[in-house]
Amino acid sequence: MAKILAVDDSASMRQMVSFTLKGAGHDVVEASDGVEALKVAKSGAVDLVISDVNMPNMDGITLISQLRQLPSYKFTPMLMLTTESSGDKKSQGKAAGATGWIVKPFNPDQLLATINKVL
Amino acid sequence: MSIDLSQFHQVFFEESFEGLEEMESCLMELDPSAVDGEVINSIFRAAHSIKGGSATFGFDVVADFTHVLETLLDEIRAETRGISQDDVDLFLRAVDCLRELLSQLQQGEQPDTEVAQELKAAFEKILREGGDTTTAVATEPEPDAGETGTQSWKIYFRPGTDTLRTGNEPARMLRELAALGQAQVTVAAEEVPGLGALEPESCYLGWHISLTGSIEKAQIEEVFEWVVDESEIRIEAQAAPASATWSIAYRPGTDVLRTGNEPARMFRELAALGDLTVSADTDGLPQFSQLDPESSYLGWQLTLTTEADKSSIDEIFEWVIDESDLTIETGAEPVSAASTTVAPESEPAAAPAAPAPVPTSTPTAAKPAKSPPQAKPSGGDGAKKAVETSSIRVGIDKIDNLINMVGELVITQSMLGQLGTDFDLDRLPNLLEGLSQLEHNTRELQESVMRIRMLPISFAFSRFPRMVRDLSRRLNKKMEIELKGEQTELDKTVMEKIGDPLVHLVRNAVDHGIEPPEKRLAAGKQEEGKITLNAYHQGGNVVIEIIDDGRGLDRDSILAKAVEKELVTERDAGQLSDEQVYDLIFHPGFSTAKEVSDVSGRGVGMDVVKRNILALNGSVEITSTAGQGSKITIRLPLTLAILDGQLVRVGSHTYIFPLVSIIESLQCDSSLVNQVAGGCDVFQLRNEYVPIIRLFDVFSIEPDSRNLGESLMVVVECDGEKVGVVIDDLMAQQQVVIKSLEQNYQKVEGISGATILGDGTVALILDIPGIVKIAGVRHLTDNQVTSLARSHSNSELMALSASA
Amino acid sequence: MQAVNVGATDENDQLPAEQHQGDVVEDGDQYLTFIMAHEEYGVDILCVQEIRGWEAATPIPNAPSHIKGVINLRGTIVPIVDLRQCFGLEAIEYTAVTVVIVLKVETEKGSRIMGIVVDAVSDVYSLAAAEMKSAPDLGDAVNTDYIRGLVNVDGKMVILLEIDRLLSMDDIPNLAEVSRQVLSGAADAEAQ
Repeated sequence: MAKILAVDDSASMRQMVSFTLKGAGHDVVEASDGVEALKVAKSGAVDLVISDVNMPNMDGITLISQLRQLPSYKFTPMLMLTTESSGDKKSQGKAAGATGWIVKPFNPDQLLATINKVL
Repeated sequence: MSIDLSQFHQVFFEESFEGLEEMESCLMELDPSAVDGEVINSIFRAAHSIKGGSATFGFDVVADFTHVLETLLDEIRAETRGISQDDVDLFLRAVDCLRELLSQLQQGEQPDTEVAQELKAAFEKILREGGDTTTAVATEPEPDAGETGTQSWKIYFRPGTDTLRTGNEPARMLRELAALGQAQVTVAAEEVPGLGALEPESCYLGWHISLTGSIEKAQIEEVFEWVVDESEIRIEAQAAPASATWSIAYRPGTDVLRTGNEPARMFRELAALGDLTVSADTDGLPQFSQLDPESSYLGWQLTLTTEADKSSIDEIFEWVIDESDLTIETGAEPVSAASTTVAPESEPAAAPAAPAPVPTSTPTAAKPAKSPPQAKPSGGDGAKKAVETSSIRVGIDKIDNLINMVGELVITQSMLGQLGTDFDLDRLPNLLEGLSQLEHNTRELQESVMRIRMLPISFAFSRFPRMVRDLSRRLNKKMEIELKGEQTELDKTVMEKIGDPLVHLVRNAVDHGIEPPEKRLAAGKQEEGKITLNAYHQGGNVVIEIIDDGRGLDRDSILAKAVEKELVTERDAGQLSDEQVYDLIFHPGFSTAKEVSDVSGRGVGMDVVKRNILALNGSVEITSTAGQGSKITIRLPLTLAILDGQLVRVGSHTYIFPLVSIIESLQCDSSLVNQVAGGCDVFQLRNEYVPIIRLFDVFSIEPDSRNLGESLMVVVECDGEKVGVVIDDLMAQQQVVIKSLEQNYQKVEGISGATILGDGTVALILDIPGIVKIAGVRHLTDNQVTSLARSHSNSELMALSASA
Repeated sequence: MQAVNVGATDENDQLPAEQHQGDVVEDGDQYLTFIMAHEEYGVDILCVQEIRGWEAATPIPNAPSHIKGVINLRGTIVPIVDLRQCFGLEAIEYTAVTVVIVLKVETEKGSRIMGIVVDAVSDVYSLAAAEMKSAPDLGDAVNTDYIRGLVNVDGKMVILLEIDRLLSMDDIPNLAEVSRQVLSGAADAEAQ
């Protein structure tokens, strides 16, 4: 069981991710944009961050690069939720320190298979 | 794990509709000549979210359509193309189209894709025509056609030095590979600097992996998917390796590094003896971040093909043999089970001599990277009608407020509970105080709960800028719209029901109110017409105003029309006040527009507008100044969930009148009751005749008395006319919470709902128009009034009744 | 007034009636049975929300006589149907032991809660589908759609009702007559 931070500005996606992870026995904290996620992440360490890329206030890539600068998130796996059309986002994400990505659309089983890789 | 995705559909639809509104208002705000990047970004984000969600929840029609939008927006965002006013119009149409598609999907209907196809083609055309086309989606090359059967792969993996900083642990990928089949891993440690120079956050190792199993290249590529760019990866189909002689299991003590004995050094020495394969047993490896750089956690499984004898091997391990677990065996047998170095999954020391033709014993379950074929998400294709469960988003402050109230309630409750355990009359004041506190808490709680249902009226107003913009383009008029008091809150149900009437009124103002530009200029006005929507709270009501600075209502032409339609007589026309004249436009079938336009229709509707507003227990009135404009004022109750009620009794039954509908109540006097032709009784109320309805007749129940002289009468207003309802007794006036009868039963004529009284019993709320309908009440004709008046020789009556 | 929750099958040991063992198997569908005019009828226990004593209902104006009115069930307005009158049986007077079974039924307009007044609650049976016989065909004249089937428990016939279908029917049949025909039809079939 891990503590996972799920970040997405879309409530339905966030609920879907969170519901799936909780169903698999994980502890999930949610945030609806990068700024909120950063606050949540600072308030208590998490084992994995799953973040959408396109979000208001602070996007996912900025979030990941900011998290990476925190000592407790130096090695934490961080996954981006991205769409196949945003190929350049993957390299931007990598440069910011993302561990990997999950391509939208995905279903709960794909999500669980992917996070099991990094946990 | 199977999760029913349809449970997230409602949230998806709601946020998508919100996203569309955001898109729409951003598009309206967008100035094609000076594009604001942040505005484009917001539009893009909304489209992007809708696309992501619709693809995830299986609404492919929406996903496909939004994808094209998104691509175009992405190019505009990247400034590789501009945006024209026509593009904006097209995007606005796309917003409408998506709204339509989504609401069809929400209703569980098959979406009508005709418009979507047409728009999609238009967008694709734009995409083809201009802009930088290099953003074409890169499609991944299809992986090699799957080779079935056992296959051996030789893989070299040298992660970039920064790989660890992205949270990608090579150990994780090696584990994944091992799960695909039988893996033998050799560490390529050539580049590892001496321990002193080693930077703990960098990755220096490379790995040679030989992997055997029923594995496709794509599966291997997938393992490295996230690191392929910064790593050196070679994947080759492998020929059978040479045979091996020695099988070595080596697990150094954790302190081995502190002794200066680097395992890598020993391996280099072993490799010098012959052909060495090393597989790392990573099971003892902690997470990298918890790794003590000075400790050794790994165990190794080594296979050495060499002509050297055992003593040469022993010699290499000589310095560390005491603190290590070491087994050195000849041949290809698996290492002894007793050896603690071997974890079950890395047991492949198997047959390095001739591993290639090993029959596949790869467990089929070991394919975590690929999920089994997934059943299509339910919902999109389900034919079952989606049961609409509407929900509401509530600000956290409202919830916090509610929690505070409940906290207070609990305190009051415990205080009362304590009083109750040993009560004596001395403590009566405490009890009374407690009860009044309880009443206070309850009222506050009720208000807070009601506030949850309240939404800012901007939800209803937000559609108008778009609508006015579209209409003015179509009518070749120039106008602006101003919204005021958008934060004024209104019950969600009231909001939903006031939407259509508002649309109608605004359309009318645009179409009939605002003059064409040339006429405005001629009248000395600004070319641009102005419509103002305003909302504010006043008492227990919400007031909504629709103000235009157009031509104003023309009293004479309304009157002429009304006379023509025989709504008023010519004789009366001159005596009517302006308000009465303006009110005529709410009569059914009344229209002053000389030509029927496709914007505001044929004049049907103003009567419907008024009826809808009245149905909400609201009112509407018009003021106007010729040449300067009109103002329509709508008053609505804050909420439909609570009603100020008058409890009445008929026999053993209790009913509730909406207090707003009651004009007065009085003792019946049988001498003032007349029967007119048609069997209807009328009551002479001062100067008027009011039809009488006996509630006990309408509801077929037993009253205390059928003698009108012993009864009370409640005079109520229904559709602008007075009606007297006969009851036995008036009881309390109180606020009641309206409950639905239809939820579990059905609509009942003459009853608008139910409520629960203080004693827990149910009382029914009267629907006055429904009762009037059941009773079959007709108001008196002029002739009947005249003859009645004669018989009462009451001359005053004639004049007054004519206007009734 | 007491209320007993029987919302879930594994709570049926709270039922007033004792668990019936006999010749019925344990792991079938469970049915709550009740008595009306000496006949025993069963409804799927999953539809049963609770069992309450009769309490006065607020009459609904101009409603058919089998609709006794509405009651307040923890804040929800719930109609009460007299099943006897509904089925064309002679109405009997309500007493302190008259029972209301609160059912949740699925209709075209979504799920609805309603209470039915019956003579008495009888028992809970676990019945395997195999034990259930379909209602004998009584020809086109008699609609038996609302009868899920018949089952023989300890020598007496129990008619299992499709309560959803029954309570959403526009024209509620004269059940007394249909029951008589169904039971005699079943008896004939058994005799052969």
